[in-house]
Amino acid sequence: MTDLASIEPMLKVETLGLRFRNPLILAAGILGLTAPILKRVIESGAGGVVTKSIGLKPRKGHPNPTVVDLGFGLLNSMGLPNPGLEEFMKELETLRGLEAPIILSIYAFSEDELVEIGRIVSDFNVVSAVELNVSCPHVDGISEIAKNPVLVESYVQTLKRHLDKPVIVKLSPNVSDIVRIAEAAVDGGADALTAINTVRAMSIDIEVGRPVLAGIFGGLSGPAIRPIAVRCVYEITESLNVPVFGCGGIETAHDVIEFLMAGATAVQLGSVIARGGLRVFKRILKGLRDFLEERGYSSIDEVRGLAHRR
Amino acid sequence: MSTNINFRRIVKLVRVVEENPRVKTFWFKDALCSKAKPGQFIMVWIIGVDEIPLSLSTIGDLCSVTVAKVGDATEAMHRLKPDDLIGVRGPYGNGFKIVKGRVAVVAGGVGLATLLPLVDKLKDYGCWIEVFLGFRSKHDVFQLARVERAVRPNGAVMIATDDGSIGFKGLVSELFETHLKRSKPSYDVVYTCGPPAMIRRVYELCEAWNLKIQASLEAYMKCGIGICGSCCIGPYRVCKDGPVFSAPQLRKMPELGLYKRGPDGVKIPV
Ligand SMILES: Cc1cc2nc3c(=O)[nH]c(=O)nc-3n(C[C@H](O)[C@H](O)[C@H](O)COP(=O)(O)OP(=O)(O)OC[C@H]3O[C@@H](n4cnc5c(N)ncnc54)[C@H](O)[C@@H]3O)c2cc1C
Ligand SMILES: Cc1cc2nc3c(=O)[nH]c(=O)nc-3n(C[C@H](O)[C@H](O)[C@H](O)COP(=O)(O)O)c2cc1C
Ligand code: FES
Repeated sequence: MTDLASIEPMLKVETLGLRFRNPLILAAGILGLTAPILKRVIESGAGGVVTKSIGLKPRKGHPNPTVVDLGFGLLNSMGLPNPGLEEFMKELETLRGLEAPIILSIYAFSEDELVEIGRIVSDFNVVSAVELNVSCPHVDGISEIAKNPVLVESYVQTLKRHLDKPVIVKLSPNVSDIVRIAEAAVDGGADALTAINTVRAMSIDIEVGRPVLAGIFGGLSGPAIRPIAVRCVYEITESLNVPVFGCGGIETAHDVIEFLMAGATAVQLGSVIARGGLRVFKRILKGLRDFLEERGYSSIDEVRGLAHRR
Repeated sequence: MSTNINFRRIVKLVRVVEENPRVKTFWFKDALCSKAKPGQFIMVWIIGVDEIPLSLSTIGDLCSVTVAKVGDATEAMHRLKPDDLIGVRGPYGNGFKIVKGRVAVVAGGVGLATLLPLVDKLKDYGCWIEVFLGFRSKHDVFQLARVERAVRPNGAVMIATDDGSIGFKGLVSELFETHLKRSKPSYDVVYTCGPPAMIRRVYELCEAWNLKIQASLEAYMKCGIGICGSCCIGPYRVCKDGPVFSAPQLRKMPELGLYKRGPDGVKIPV
């Protein structure tokens, strides 16, 4: 099953004017800091990749420990480490002519920063779209944005005004009504949404009586949050007509089908790579083909949104 | 007890040995580390300070890490005493592949710590072992008796120091090159660990002399489990695909020994 081309007709996704050969996209912040590894992820079968979230200036992120495996999921407080936009664009230069769209994840502490990012990235044709991260739960100044519909609408509007590319807004589950925030993003001009970023969480080492993370709070990812993510995707697609990238705890082809049935256009994979390595892409693609063939579906388009039937 | 290597264990230091003014060895008991392979590393939580990658310098009922004092975290670690606690997770990484036969081991500075369990193991396999050790001066030498025990009588230990205070005066890569030219040995493999510039030179020598290499590399690590991307060199994650790499992989790392990346991913010349 190394033949990705033969299954493409069943699995391809067309959205945002882009063509993804399959619905498996690398999630933001997973390996996406350097070009050669992103290339390797694509060669491993990913239908698209989202980069690490990048800001205008370099950031070291939070001190270690930054990632802890709790068994049912990962807790991380990376703190958005990144080399800054200018340096990162040089890094991405080498990624032309690949078979999968490259989505640049960005964050900004103010709308002025967004204006500048929009201007710089508009002419940068290595990236096909931008994912706006307003939802990192462990960075002050970012985590607050996703909770405030007025800010979300205004941020998205500002970015859209200065950026000549599709904008995906990455939403946080750490809100009381995610549909309200999704609406605000769409009102601001978002072309698509990603749901969800990590769930704000904490764990304590009882042997030493201290938080396990140096940053105290972190974001929970992995299988523990999958039902939360599925619920968010379902709620959003139930009330809004906008493409949604489902993300959170996906480990198997059945998990992908679940997200598609909840209404996701495509999905993003993150934590699973810690345990499954880069082989997960081909493993899941094979599982998707088998699922569709066994049940007589001719493509993933036939399962998308099924759970919304009444 | 869980067998998930990613779960952090809090362990008590049973012994702390000063190897020299800059290097200490810390002994502890941990069932998962006892099953590690030579060349694997652990993430050590210096509680309240930092979490850093360290190679296992002994693998047995008791395990150890051997640490050079180079900055905040390692200085804090050097202040720890027996009965103090550290957190450990791992062992991580691929480790060395044992090759039976005639082998060279080229170590620079505290890079020797990574190679010690390998040397122990190679002895058990009856290999012919030639060890090349590089230090700044005679004051920086550590664990020499252990290395000598392992190679005797089937091998040799050669030392280089920058100041010539013991052994060959110059870099260990120069010592290795001199030896290659003089005795044209046919090693089945060359194992190496040390500063990046040294590894690059040893790699170039192995390419020129058509020798197989297994090089243990370092990079800035955060997760240690292959997802954060901070330790990537070329298309490889040092924590997961490495830290031990062979020549075909090293060929895909043009930056090797030229620059490294900081915690923000910015390139730093070395
Ligand atoms: C796989 C591996 C095995 C290692 N084994 C040993 C060993 O057995 N003995 C030993 O003395 N050292 C070893 N090191 C190096 C050791 O991790 C660093 O010396 C240590 O992290 C320095 O921390 P610091 O705060 O004291 O120094 P700093 O002042 O923070 O930095 C000094 C140097 O250490 C590097 N460093 C700092 N933090 C990290 C980190 N999280 N990951 C990687 N590098 C870092 C910096 O890039 C810099 O080059 C190993 C590194 C790796 C990647
Ligand atoms: C180590 C790590 C780093 C992450 N970094 C980012 C980031 O930079 N930007 C972002 O939008 N999301 C980031 N995320 C969140 C993921 O993109 C994803 O939304 C989340 O992990 C849920 O998916 P998963 O369960 O498949 O991991 C990160 C997650 C992890 C585990
Ligand atoms: S340290 Fe995170 S990928 Fe290697």
